[in-house]
Amino acid sequence: MILARVVGTVVSTQKRAQFLGAKLLLVQPETPQGVATGATLLAIDSVGAGVCERVIVVLEGRAAGEALGKKLAPVDAAIIGIVDQLEFVE
Amino acid sequence: MQLARVIGDVVATRKDPGFDSTPLLLLQPISADGKNVGRPLVAVDSVGAGVGETVFFVRGKEASFPFHPTEMPADAGIVGIVDHWSTDKK
Repeated sequence: MILARVVGTVVSTQKRAQFLGAKLLLVQPETPQGVATGATLLAIDSVGAGVCERVIVVLEGRAAGEALGKKLAPVDAAIIGIVDQLEFVE
Repeated sequence: MQLARVIGDVVATRKDPGFDSTPLLLLQPISADGKNVGRPLVAVDSVGAGVGETVFFVRGKEASFPFHPTEMPADAGIVGIVDHWSTDKK
């Protein structure tokens, strides 16, 4: 799982049926220090995250499908937690 | 998942039998601000996307799930067409 910041929302009408009712958010992966790193990703949200919040994103198909709660869902990223607080040593 | 722009059609006559009658499209991944990011890639399409459209695609084995029970050796698949997206960077 990775740390990321929610930076936007995506609207799509024509999509695979497994996405019906799912919330799609744009997330920017971050280092623990909060520096953006790598390309922006799209993740389904199963915890009710919002823009600007720091989240935990799972980047693996089977796990992401489990978060969506649907079988054979073609997803590879899901927000599975909102970070309240993060403490770390350099 | 990641945002991408469809930039081309790929025609291949000789291919793995799993890909029979599966459209192959050329994608350019883009970031949340619409800029190209990374190299173009070939993806299978299950939502009827066309050149010029913005889509989101899934990476990994999950790319073949929309074609279940057909199994194909694909690692990227378009799973939705984007109507619009918005970013709200702090």
